[in-house]
Amino acid sequence: MGVGRPPGLRASRTGRRIATAGLAALLATSLAACVQSQREGDGGRSMVFGAAGAPALFDPFYASDGETFRVTRQMMEGLVGFEPGTAEVEPALAEDWESAEDGTEWTFHLREGVEFHDGTEFNADAVCANFERWYNQTGPGQNAALSYYWIETFGGFASDDEPSLYSSCETPDQSTAVLKLTRPSSKFPDALGLDSFSIQSPTAMEKYGADEVTARGSSFEYSEYAKQHPTGTGPFEFDSYDESNQSIVLRRNEDYWGEEAKLDRLVFKIIPDESVRKQELLSGGIDGYDFPNPADMSGLRDQGFNVQVRDPFNILYLGISQRSNPALRDLRVRKALAHAVDKENLVEANMPDGAEPAELFYPDTVDGYPENVTKYPHDPQRAKQLLREAGHQDLTIEFWWPTQVTRPYMPDPRGIFNALSGDLEEAGINVEPVSKPWNGGYISDVNQGEAEVFLLGWTGDYNSPDNFVGTFFGSTQNQFYTEPASWGGELADRLEAADGEADPAAREEMYTDINRSLKSEYLPAVPLAHSPPAIVTSSEVEGLVTSPLTAERFAPVSLRQ
Amino acid sequence: MLRYTVRRLGQLVIVAVVLSILLFGWLRALPGGPVSALLGERATEESRAQLVEQLGLNQPLYVQYWKFVQRAVTGDFGVSTGVQPGTPAMEVFLQRMPATLELSVLALLLAVAVGVPLGYFAGRRQGGWLDNLSITWSLIGVAVPVFFLAFLLKYVFAIELGALPASGRQEVSINATHATGFYTLDGMLTGEWDAAWDAFLHLLLPAVALSTIPFAVIFRITRASVLDVLEEDFVRTARSKGLSARVLRGRHILRNAMLPVVTTIGLQTGALLSGAVLTEQVFNITGIGQALSLGFQRQDYAVLQVVILATAMVYVLVNLVVDLTYAAIDPRLRER
Repeated sequence: MGVGRPPGLRASRTGRRIATAGLAALLATSLAACVQSQREGDGGRSMVFGAAGAPALFDPFYASDGETFRVTRQMMEGLVGFEPGTAEVEPALAEDWESAEDGTEWTFHLREGVEFHDGTEFNADAVCANFERWYNQTGPGQNAALSYYWIETFGGFASDDEPSLYSSCETPDQSTAVLKLTRPSSKFPDALGLDSFSIQSPTAMEKYGADEVTARGSSFEYSEYAKQHPTGTGPFEFDSYDESNQSIVLRRNEDYWGEEAKLDRLVFKIIPDESVRKQELLSGGIDGYDFPNPADMSGLRDQGFNVQVRDPFNILYLGISQRSNPALRDLRVRKALAHAVDKENLVEANMPDGAEPAELFYPDTVDGYPENVTKYPHDPQRAKQLLREAGHQDLTIEFWWPTQVTRPYMPDPRGIFNALSGDLEEAGINVEPVSKPWNGGYISDVNQGEAEVFLLGWTGDYNSPDNFVGTFFGSTQNQFYTEPASWGGELADRLEAADGEADPAAREEMYTDINRSLKSEYLPAVPLAHSPPAIVTSSEVEGLVTSPLTAERFAPVSLRQ
Repeated sequence: MLRYTVRRLGQLVIVAVVLSILLFGWLRALPGGPVSALLGERATEESRAQLVEQLGLNQPLYVQYWKFVQRAVTGDFGVSTGVQPGTPAMEVFLQRMPATLELSVLALLLAVAVGVPLGYFAGRRQGGWLDNLSITWSLIGVAVPVFFLAFLLKYVFAIELGALPASGRQEVSINATHATGFYTLDGMLTGEWDAAWDAFLHLLLPAVALSTIPFAVIFRITRASVLDVLEEDFVRTARSKGLSARVLRGRHILRNAMLPVVTTIGLQTGALLSGAVLTEQVFNITGIGQALSLGFQRQDYAVLQVVILATAMVYVLVNLVVDLTYAAIDPRLRER
């Protein structure tokens, strides 16, 4: 762990006065040596990273939260990975792959000489054992609370009536795994880079009962494997999780197939409060943390810390539900909302450096992003005119915004709400604010289409249009509730067809067309901004390559001597 | 005395039952809850319905409550969804309780060790410089919010001077054995003195912050009580009988002045637990105060239920101990 204090962090005048004033400072000075020796006594090169929450478990298949993945990502790998610094797919446990022309058969050529942390061999049998485990989940394992990414990607399980995207996994030889699908999907092969699809040791999973997850009270209890014995092939392996001191220790995998991790140990210290994480960094107790408050970023930079801003791979939108307010089913009204909001001002006043106004529902680095789409520049008069034409000049809407939360795409919900509600009122729309705690009704109600107009967004999991627009509008019964709209089903069908198109060029064209329609014909929501989340480290940390997917790997990281 | 003790213990059961009903109903009346916490941002209606059924949350409330009671009597309070997801709530409580107790006990010791002697001497020398200084100090202690003082201490001693740890219970680089969960005690029991010392250093700032209000209260009660006792006839009589100053101080003044002080210390013990919520937040101490705060933020039914119920039980038990101590000190109470 970093020992020295960061440059630029000097005792302030007040601090020095206090320090020299009395006995308290004398005591402190004498204690300082003790603390320092404690930290120097570490022995190895350890990095301590401040995590915002406790991981739910260490079996990524059953997880869908960033705090779990942040840890398991260092220990486990999938068939494919993401190129550092980008969202592009690159080889990981598979050296290369090819797909059949119809897109239903994917052949992965596996890396040889790779071992799991328990010393067992990584091979095609292990790959298929993992896919079969995922496909054959039963009971609680079939719940979206546990198998979210499998359901999102593959759609179902062996015992379901509806066919899953997954068909079978075959092993022509131990260095080749053939994955058969029931239909082509745009998700492949990128989705296999998701942390949930990390390949884990079948031996360890069987030994420690990985699938033994049970409903207990109002939640689930996980297996011994998921708590104490996660076993992958990654550059770090599990050492310990001290729940009472809320710290997770990973140690370097000395037998890693690739370039070994530079750190001896990687420690995650769980610090739920954002301001406490900042203070801990300032005091030298941790070497970095994620998602610093945008208001702190310039101050941290001034004090010598390294604030790295990622490329934005997210979207904040003004959601519109077709469920309860009939006025919102009129395209002219939705266009009026789009003209009413001042995205440029929003980005400038309420978003961190590097944020950009959004035209579409995903960043321009994702396939199928057309150059020319219908735009709705900030124009309150045009908005009023559209409302008049629609016969809704006295429009009143419920505008929902969440409390007790910040998200990478939404760093300041209250500020964003205030800015946008001012814009809407300027265009003559009466706003009835509704605020609810994020986990206290906001998310559940919004997802059921209850909120007329609302703030929400999404961070992409991988580089595919389906992961954005497919997730948003692929169902007609979700937060946008496009069921009653004449175009709701049509949009969902078009998205399904694009996802199932095997020819990449044709697929891209389809997504381009969908994007154009989304802006001109449907306008189910108003894209607002792409906001770059930052990560901050002490000046001693070197080699951290940020990921637009917020999926950093710490193996190349070292601490300056 | 035995009957009194049994009756007070019976009150524990009644408090537990009433509180559990209120708590159970209240938590379920709140929006959100474990389903939202478990499903995340993109839950569909179908997945919500499936989860509600799987967890039995669609059953009538009284059925859910009865099942809760059946499990709770075996120590099973369900599994945490937000504080330490996947960990049984009872385990969360048991892992975190020592941190809070360790912090509260040290804070109380500091408050008593400083407050009682200072109160005594201030009372004996009413109007003197020590009295005036102490009163000012205690006023500041009561007036300054704990979280502000905590932040101030942390800023000066941890961030500016780098002299004490800013947060947590122990350096993560120390791989210590935790037999009891009381980190300072663990280090002493296992002979890992560096671990014990490190845990103690981690406790210092939060304990000082947490002790300010109990110190102020204990100081003022002690001082007032000493002043009262000094006016009593028996002190005057004892003095006129020519008793030595030592006997007078120990047997007559201090002993009699301690009665209200002991009650105050008991009450402050309960108050310390609630004060620990803020202190634990500021210093990221993984105690039950932090669990309570995170439990509310993250709608963690299981952890909230066990923490609130158990804390209430501890509060009642502490009061019982105080009353019994009071009875032991005052012979008149023992006879009743």
